[in-house]
Amino acid sequence: MGGMVIVGAGECGVRAAFTLREEGYEGTVTLVGEEPHLPYERPPLSKNAPPAVKLIAEETRYRDLSIDLLRGTRGQRIDRENRRLVLADGRTLDYDRLLIATGARARRFAGMEKARTLRSVGDADAILSAIGAGTKLVIIGGGFIGLELAATARGLGAEVTVLEAADRLMARAVPAEIAAMFEDRHRQEGVRLRLGAKVEALEEHAVVLADGSRIEADIVVAGIGAEPITGLAADAGLAVDNGIVVDGCLRTADSSIFAAGDCCSFPYRGAPVRLESWRCAQDQGAHAARAMLGCGDSFVRVPWFWSDQYDLGLQVAGLALADRPFLRREVGDGAFVLFQLDGQGRVLSASGVGTGNAVARDISIAEKLIERGIVVAPEVLCDPGTRLKQLLKG
Amino acid sequence: MSQWVEACAVDDVEEEDLIRFDHDGRTFAIYRSPDDEFYATDGLCTHEHVHLADGLVMDHIIECPKHNGRFDYRTGEAKGAPVCVNLRTYPVKVEAGRVLIDLS
Ligand SMILES: Cc1cc2nc3c(=O)[nH]c(=O)nc-3n(C[C@H](O)[C@H](O)[C@H](O)COP(=O)(O)OP(=O)(O)OC[C@H]3O[C@@H](n4cnc5c(N)ncnc54)[C@H](O)[C@@H]3O)c2cc1C
Ligand code: FES
Repeated sequence: MGGMVIVGAGECGVRAAFTLREEGYEGTVTLVGEEPHLPYERPPLSKNAPPAVKLIAEETRYRDLSIDLLRGTRGQRIDRENRRLVLADGRTLDYDRLLIATGARARRFAGMEKARTLRSVGDADAILSAIGAGTKLVIIGGGFIGLELAATARGLGAEVTVLEAADRLMARAVPAEIAAMFEDRHRQEGVRLRLGAKVEALEEHAVVLADGSRIEADIVVAGIGAEPITGLAADAGLAVDNGIVVDGCLRTADSSIFAAGDCCSFPYRGAPVRLESWRCAQDQGAHAARAMLGCGDSFVRVPWFWSDQYDLGLQVAGLALADRPFLRREVGDGAFVLFQLDGQGRVLSASGVGTGNAVARDISIAEKLIERGIVVAPEVLCDPGTRLKQLLKG
Repeated sequence: MSQWVEACAVDDVEEEDLIRFDHDGRTFAIYRSPDDEFYATDGLCTHEHVHLADGLVMDHIIECPKHNGRFDYRTGEAKGAPVCVNLRTYPVKVEAGRVLIDLS
């Protein structure tokens, strides 16, 4: 008899396993992870030095819940006909339902083979143990991971250069006004930022740019995004298009196979998206577990993510669109939130930045406004005197 | 033996909101429900020890400001990822417009 098999023991897979039990499932639950460690949280890896391994849960929790956690074991192939997952070591696991939660891997461009990347505990250990006062660290990519690492490395006294091909930082995920605030802060902290920088080649101890400049480096880290790990699904004949394609309840075209977390592309408000976000991975893991047990509801949770750099906290709810204007709400002490409304005046996205958790409440409320499709007048949103929470009460 | 400590005035906490209360090197959170009941829990999230006072209170839930971990503030129960450890709660009473909590 098969049971529930989850391949990928990251944030998403682990939450799925726990949720199966919380929902009362009593059959076997097997969680297959290729990493040798107990499942851990990735976000701290770029934010702390020395790297702190923060487990998602203690080992006893898996035992108490009768979850078979297979570590250091790779899922190699899905035999759909016989509903069986074949592991790299030759063992096989029969399943009634299979969840693919294989996450993403750091992207590399050709010619960047020598650069390090930051995705796992092993990566973080290797990078951070090589950084100390005066180390010349060059980071390729001005996205979250690169910038968080830049802040952490400055704390260790490294000389940090960030090379970004676009003309601003974090272009994919935050409005320009917020990116500018981070840009200023990194410069103040002594990070050398080179925008519009095209990397031509990596040498043993230098990065060469297209304009001919050479930047000396003891260590080079590429933070140029992540790509979904989709091989298992693709080899099994399941659709892959920037992630394993799933429907609203996170099911693939094979009704016994689901995919969730960083590896999947799911419909959000009618358009396919793939998110690399910690909370989304948790939420989708939980949702997939319920779907595996027969729940037919669509996943509707609003995307939400955060980043910490120095003492600045960034939070974003919803998906910001390039073609909609931003409405600015001052939160005090330099903190602010940028809202977007759709054509009907409903809140679409909110991005906020401030010291510590200054924008947390507003973003939490924004998330609920977005979820409920509440219509708000721009001047009400922008008036610092408005109690946003009141808007939720209708 | 109970150990009642004065935490704040009733009016210091708005309806369906919370405040932080520090005492003797410890941090607590004091809540006022929509029906004007008062509750107290530890003040730091069990996930990463962030002050819950910056979080959002709604429908008897305190949502952590850092990663949205949720607790029922009446029972301290962890209500979903990423938190799995409950908050400790403390008995509360109101006397003459003051909120007291029992730290024993
Ligand atoms: C350094 C860093 C910092 C981050 N910071 C933030 C942040 O501040 N905020 C935020 O919202 N998000 C952040 N993220 C993103 C967040 O960590 C991810 O969105 C989340 O981890 C995705 O969870 P997942 O379970 O889908 O995938 P993963 O966490 O990638 O887990 C997938 C697991 O599956 C394993 N696996 C893959 N293939 C196989 C196979 N064939 N067999 C067995 N196992 C397999 C992998 O080894 C991995 O352990 C950060 C990520 C990194 C790397
Ligand atoms: S610190 Fe509270 S949820 Fe993470």
